[in-house]
Amino acid sequence: MTLVASSTATRLADISGSLNVIHDPEQLAAYEIDRMLPAAAVKPGSRDEISEVVKFCAAEKLAVVPCGARSNLSMGAPLARYDVALDLTRLDHILAYDPGDLTLSVEPGIPLQRLAGVLAGHRQFLPLAVPFLNRATVGGTIAAGVHSPLRQAYGTARDFLLGLEFITGQGAHAKSGGLVVKNVAGYDLHKLMIGAMGTLGVITKLNFRTFPALSATRVFTASFTSAENALSLRQRAVQSPLRLLTMDILSPGAVEVLAGQVAARFEAGPAPVDRLPPGKWAFHATFPTAGTATARYERELKHMAEESGCDWCEICGDDRNPASFGRLREFVPIVLESSPATVVVKMSVRPSKLGGILASVADVAQKNDVRWAAAVGGLGVSYFSLLPSARDEQARLSVEKICEKVLADCARLSGNATIPWCPSEWKSSMKIWGPERADFEQMRKLKNVFDPVGILAPGRFAGGI
Amino acid sequence: MKFAAQRLNRIHHGAGFAALHAALAICRERRIVWLPLVDAPERRDYSAEGYSRIKAICAAKMNAKLLHDLKELLGPDAVLHRPEELMLYEYDGSVETARPDCVVFPRTTADVEGIVRLAQQHKAPLVGRGAGTGLSGGAIARHGGIVTSFARMNRILEIDAENQIARVQPGVVNSDLSAAVAHLGLHFAPDPSSQKACTIGGNVSENSGGPHTLAYGVTTNHVLALEVVLPTGELLHLGNSALDSPGYDLTGLFVGSEGTFGLVTEITVKLTRLPEAVKTLLAIFDTIDDATETVAEITARGITPAACEMLDGWTIRAVEDYVHAGFPLDCAAILLIDVDGLREVTEVEAAEVEDVCRVHRAREVRVARDARERDLLWKGRKNAFGAAGRVSPSYYTQDGVIPRTKLPATLRRIGEISRKYNLQIGNVFHAGDGNLHPIILFDERNQQQFRDTVAAADEIIAFCVQAGGSITGEHGVGMEKDRLMPLIFSEADLSLMQSVRGIFNPEGLLNPGKIFPDSKGCGEIYARPRREGAAPSARQS
Repeated sequence: MTLVASSTATRLADISGSLNVIHDPEQLAAYEIDRMLPAAAVKPGSRDEISEVVKFCAAEKLAVVPCGARSNLSMGAPLARYDVALDLTRLDHILAYDPGDLTLSVEPGIPLQRLAGVLAGHRQFLPLAVPFLNRATVGGTIAAGVHSPLRQAYGTARDFLLGLEFITGQGAHAKSGGLVVKNVAGYDLHKLMIGAMGTLGVITKLNFRTFPALSATRVFTASFTSAENALSLRQRAVQSPLRLLTMDILSPGAVEVLAGQVAARFEAGPAPVDRLPPGKWAFHATFPTAGTATARYERELKHMAEESGCDWCEICGDDRNPASFGRLREFVPIVLESSPATVVVKMSVRPSKLGGILASVADVAQKNDVRWAAAVGGLGVSYFSLLPSARDEQARLSVEKICEKVLADCARLSGNATIPWCPSEWKSSMKIWGPERADFEQMRKLKNVFDPVGILAPGRFAGGI
Repeated sequence: MKFAAQRLNRIHHGAGFAALHAALAICRERRIVWLPLVDAPERRDYSAEGYSRIKAICAAKMNAKLLHDLKELLGPDAVLHRPEELMLYEYDGSVETARPDCVVFPRTTADVEGIVRLAQQHKAPLVGRGAGTGLSGGAIARHGGIVTSFARMNRILEIDAENQIARVQPGVVNSDLSAAVAHLGLHFAPDPSSQKACTIGGNVSENSGGPHTLAYGVTTNHVLALEVVLPTGELLHLGNSALDSPGYDLTGLFVGSEGTFGLVTEITVKLTRLPEAVKTLLAIFDTIDDATETVAEITARGITPAACEMLDGWTIRAVEDYVHAGFPLDCAAILLIDVDGLREVTEVEAAEVEDVCRVHRAREVRVARDARERDLLWKGRKNAFGAAGRVSPSYYTQDGVIPRTKLPATLRRIGEISRKYNLQIGNVFHAGDGNLHPIILFDERNQQQFRDTVAAADEIIAFCVQAGGSITGEHGVGMEKDRLMPLIFSEADLSLMQSVRGIFNPEGLLNPGKIFPDSKGCGEIYARPRREGAAPSARQS
């Protein structure tokens, strides 16, 4: 351990106690980000301790990365510096929960699964069915800005996060929003913190609106020879009165990955994707069951699928729902383990342009001979994953060529494209945050207000923030 | 012109807030100048002396060069500066007033950029304005300067039915957008009670809500992208019609910033599919507690109604007298509940809601049989504020939020405050989300009563905060509640927010004197003498 590392650890131990500071390199390996290790990791036990840690780091100009269960740390651009990992898992309490008001206030380190258990006791839930659900924390999920297949019906955290408390880059306590479902007092600073990857502040408290738990749900799957047909079912479904809970389209590669060994490890149990004909596109939707409405959902979905030219369709019994939904939710973690060098491009276009973009990415992937799998959300947000068979220079060149084309195509269609997941050593040559946008300049100014010294996860975010 | 004069005359004799707005709309449409209440000399000083006094003050304040440049830029018909013209723009739907130095009417984004450049050159304050229906003084030129009215930027630029997206100019009226896409089975979901007059630009600035936001969300949940002109003259495009723009959510930050960051010149919104079926239920209760318990149990049974509104006994009687919606005159509270969605689901949920109402001793539950009956029930709710205007010279509608479970205690407290100040207070609220709108009746000619009204309103808001709520649910802070911000935010919170404002609006030229408490704002509302003849105040939600 260097002298600097040793004095950092000592000072952090003064704040949070030596038991809550890690400086042993072996243990620090757990906090690795893009092959960088911090000098120390600290697990503060209170908001005040976090504030002290950040103040110390600001004074010493030490780069801090806040983290929870570390599920999403590989997202984003490479860090410019990394000195201290700020582990928030000790802040894992429910601070207030009033089922009658549908409001919930929690600390960032609480695992989503534990929280879900408490809410289920009151027949409520948070629609955060996100990747890495089995270990992810609430704070990490919000900071990473990952979303859930339930977005189709419930929106993203932006739609149900009511307020936040956080510590700025200078160690000051700040808050925005409140703990009521309707509130327009002050600026919505908390919206900035969603998906900010810890670059604006350290989240210390999150207030949510909760939702009545879903009654039993069922899954509808259909298979198609072409993406175009599957997309025409999407269009019919959004124009129908049906209110689907999830709606996704899977490429033949995605069907294969979700039916494979890796997927079974993530979410065991019989999934309908096992039964989908291989080599075909699939349409996957979840719908609520409610009396006579159930029969109507089934009837109309089948009818619309036939009209769209499906080869095969099935409505899943209760035994198969959880695994089916779970594998879809875990699409990203599954593809990350399905290749030695997975690259995931997040693409977003107006839904009517999905056909064009999918044809183009399929073409370029095929020409470069890289295996790919795409999960296309009903709202136009897709995860296009490239699964090269090796992690070498040749694979990197192919993948880079494909990504360039995909980013250019998305830009041409007025859409967005970023590369949230990518092998560490390839990051420097990829446009992780997509093309430079005019508003990045405003974002840099914001960063400067929240974190003037530039110690919070420097370099990880869009625009070099 | 004659036709307009006749209509104005009729409207004038009708009185009331809605009438005044209709009159303003006609004035704008015909580009004519109207002197409101000109036949009521006791309410306004229209003597030659008074007129020249006001004119002299305005002229002194308004730089002649700036006026000339504005006219050069926009044409003479797009700049108002005579005192009698400016009177129409000195207020919004709140009890606040302040006269701008001039009002300009851009037609394009380039016009707005030009206006901003001139304001910047002359260091003139700049305030954006939609229809002026706001309820917290957001569109009022508190420190004078240029009011930029978006009345002529009212085109729908794009309707993309397939992707359920519309792109509009800020002056498009909220309900006009819904009407324009109704034949496609779509609508713009945020529905403030002023939706027939208020503009989408105004909705974006204030992050407006409405009765149906319980299930559909407020404005921010429906805005995808913005084009804005910063007071520095920079043109920015925030967000994208495709979801999840990379970087910080600047769109989310701008929505609800009350016109203090930039002038919005284009808005891309989501359109929502109209529900297949809607059921409206009216439940009548003999006690307020029964009504509030009903709301709690509807939630407990896992039902999220599209809307859940409550009116108290006093309001019911005022409304019934006006609208004749068939509300019983001797009850303590009614709940007006919408459930919508798939036909089959709606049937089941309506039956369950009805059951909950009966379990909690509803005296009667009526289910609207058709669209006509539904509209009549909703007309009763949407005209609650107009009804208050009929029985009192003025009224002040508050906007507080509480956790729903604190509803009974809050209503008891409002009752105590009403008795303490000897002021009649009616209660209308979005019971589903705990957003209260107490209506305090007063006569603004009575200075003491006006002061008592403000004090009573502040006490109500202080109680909301104590109960864990907020100082505003959907009306905004503006110049009405800036002094109340310290009730919920620390000095450090406010200072961070002000630093954020400084990024976009570094010199504070855009909408100065709003949201944040400053030495001028504190107590101003108490000290400011009410000018004789201020437009009758009326607020609605």
